[in-house]
Amino acid sequence: MSLRVLMLGWELPPFNSGGLGEACFGLARALSKKGVQITFVLPKKLDVHMDFADLIFADVDEVAGNLAGAYTTNDSWSSLFPTNAFPPAQDYIGGALKFAEKMGLLAKRYKGSIDVVHAHDWLTYPAGMVAKRVLNKPLIAHVHATEFDRTGGHNPNPMVYAIEKKGFEIADKVLPVGGFMKDVLIEKYNVDQDKIQVVYNGIDDCRRDLAPVLTAFKELGYKVVLFLGRITLQKGPEYFVRAAKRILDYEPKTIFVVTGSGDMEGYMISEAARLGILDKFIFTGFLRGEERDQIYQAADLYVMPSVSEPFGITALEALVNKTPLLISKQSGVSEILKNALKVDFWDVEEMANKAVAVLKYSALKSDLQTEGQKEVRLYSWAKTADQVINVYNQVVH
Amino acid sequence: MASVCLYFQVHQPMRVKRYRVFDVGWDHDYFNDNTETNLNNKKVLAKVAAKSYLPTNTILLKLLENHPELSLTYSFSGILLEQLEKDFPEILDSFKKLINTGRVEVLSETYYHSLAFFYSRKEFERQVEMHKAKIKRVFGVTPKAFRNTELAYTNELAKWADEKGFTAILAEGWDSFLGWRSPNFVYKPKGTKKIKTLLKNYKLSDDIAFRFSEKSWSQWPLTADKFADWVSRINGNGQVVNLFMDYETFGEHQWEANGIFEFLRQLPTEILKHPDNNFLTVSEAAKAYPAMDEVDVPYIVTWADTERDLSAWVGNAIQTSAISLLYSLEKTILKANDPELTHDWRRLQTSDHFYYMCTKWFSDGDVHKYFNPYESPYDAFISFMNVVSDLKLRIEKKKQPQKSLNKKRKHIETSRNFPNSIGI
Repeated sequence: MSLRVLMLGWELPPFNSGGLGEACFGLARALSKKGVQITFVLPKKLDVHMDFADLIFADVDEVAGNLAGAYTTNDSWSSLFPTNAFPPAQDYIGGALKFAEKMGLLAKRYKGSIDVVHAHDWLTYPAGMVAKRVLNKPLIAHVHATEFDRTGGHNPNPMVYAIEKKGFEIADKVLPVGGFMKDVLIEKYNVDQDKIQVVYNGIDDCRRDLAPVLTAFKELGYKVVLFLGRITLQKGPEYFVRAAKRILDYEPKTIFVVTGSGDMEGYMISEAARLGILDKFIFTGFLRGEERDQIYQAADLYVMPSVSEPFGITALEALVNKTPLLISKQSGVSEILKNALKVDFWDVEEMANKAVAVLKYSALKSDLQTEGQKEVRLYSWAKTADQVINVYNQVVH
Repeated sequence: MASVCLYFQVHQPMRVKRYRVFDVGWDHDYFNDNTETNLNNKKVLAKVAAKSYLPTNTILLKLLENHPELSLTYSFSGILLEQLEKDFPEILDSFKKLINTGRVEVLSETYYHSLAFFYSRKEFERQVEMHKAKIKRVFGVTPKAFRNTELAYTNELAKWADEKGFTAILAEGWDSFLGWRSPNFVYKPKGTKKIKTLLKNYKLSDDIAFRFSEKSWSQWPLTADKFADWVSRINGNGQVVNLFMDYETFGEHQWEANGIFEFLRQLPTEILKHPDNNFLTVSEAAKAYPAMDEVDVPYIVTWADTERDLSAWVGNAIQTSAISLLYSLEKTILKANDPELTHDWRRLQTSDHFYYMCTKWFSDGDVHKYFNPYESPYDAFISFMNVVSDLKLRIEKKKQPQKSLNKKRKHIETSRNFPNSIGI
């Protein structure tokens, strides 16, 4: 009999604010292809489609019209609510707890027809813990980011930390997306080492060549260096701007494209202006789907200077779009990828040195592309799904 | 008769330090890494000397004293000899003692352990001449037989060596051109008159060089008497057993703790137990046996990995672009007529630099197959290319004499320790 999984998520594409939604979607689809029956629960109604899974909405009451994005930090939450009308810290936590409350009712309907509960990140852990109790089934806590990653270690919210810690305690297995995060779980959350199994993310290799963009620049001989991700502390946007300054000293015909949005966007713009290089920057805002792939394909180099990056799915996205990679050694994906340039996020000089080499030597670009393409096929969601099924079988039997 | 021909290659490259684009135009010392990493040439050589060269030399000198029948063959790259002269004279002395026994032959090769034969015949010949002069000066002998870098061999190379009067040339005894024939005979290269070729018995050589410590190997542990027995079985259907390997096999690739030195100590006694066995140097073997047949190698065959070709050195785009760029500088470098500049250019020709840029095992996760002092092949390429950019800049500056520039150069030159030890 096939495994029946109750999977709890917070967001799904196209209503995602980052990699979490993409990862949940990719994993759920690969699991279903392998015969796992998935009931996917989201906290509120969204116009999303999952033809491979049974999609359920818990209909959590909305707070201020919107649920907070999965990556919201205490600070950015405060900026959403300029008055003290809402006690900030509690509202997104409130959403997570409300989800848990609804789950208590919802889960009863699934008694006897679920084998495993699988929860993605802290916002769904309260709901996951409730489901485990009601159904009396094992709980898998998947960790895409911890509060330490989201805040860069600065001022982690104690309530979020408490929810995460409780979730890891109650869970039967904890699945971080990288080895570095495994260490964080052991050191900061005291998680039992034997309970942890690292499961790297995957990607489905199905990108085709798209119509070229940024052609006006390309025709003038400009090279394109891309930053793509949420513009937040965690992603290291300041290091990208400082490296850009150094790169331009050597390769003046370079355009820096910034795709994404976030609370440090203003800082990034003013920093580029202060360094006198704002004219070399293009800010596209958040892109998804084909537009996003077009930007990858236009880039001569994708730089991911993350300060802390549990996995870094964008690195794999870049590879399937044949974009050479320069990634920080502080990312989970750098633990597995070999055909990428790597650098410590703070080493702006080395970041510039490597970027200049890619822009200058076409052989380097082409080998990173061809070898990267070969390598990325090893990291399919199908492979990740096999590892997850293996974990399911451990806890079910 | 089974004549055992033991040949050892002794070489350490001058690795390029981490060299950034910001260093171009300022820093002309490419090889002076002084970190704790394996880019520190002196540190690496100190380790290899202590673990391998010194103990192996001591053992072999003793064996030569105790067994008058024993003879050996070595080849040394010129850049290894330079490094030994500069920092490890006592190691060089221990090699000299071996050669002074008169029963150790030294082979000819390129001074810089380069692949120049395939990129510039003239440059190749210059490096062979430099090497010959160096060997004469250091060891007082003149090589009679030739081996090319990485044992890279073709008909063309054999013809060249024949015309230059070499009596023998080494090659891999590879099935692709041997077919059903055995490597345990002496052959005549196609299109040559006098020269003979000695072919490496890769099975028996690799039993020592690669498989000795491999516990999953069905023949582990390998003992000297077992190995001597395999050698003796060749009597009746072969004449020479060519055991060619890196000298670092002893103590560095195969560790003392796994018994490699004990194996070596017992090997001559065990081999000589069979009355029909003996030891010969490369030239002695070529003289002792007639060529059994002709070998035809129109393409390049090397002693490396399962492909036995040059793909480990020039198999991808970064490798080919780097080596082409380097050799494209030949004319302008030589025209500049600056010994220091030329020496730097040549040290960059050492095949190891291109090997470090190899990506072919990288993707399969089989990175343990080769040793790389850089974090990745791409890092090796970036430092190398930045260094070549600096070299190009130095050529440019040399072309247009500027006063202020000369002043600066002088300052740099006096502050560095340029060895006279090229000594040629």
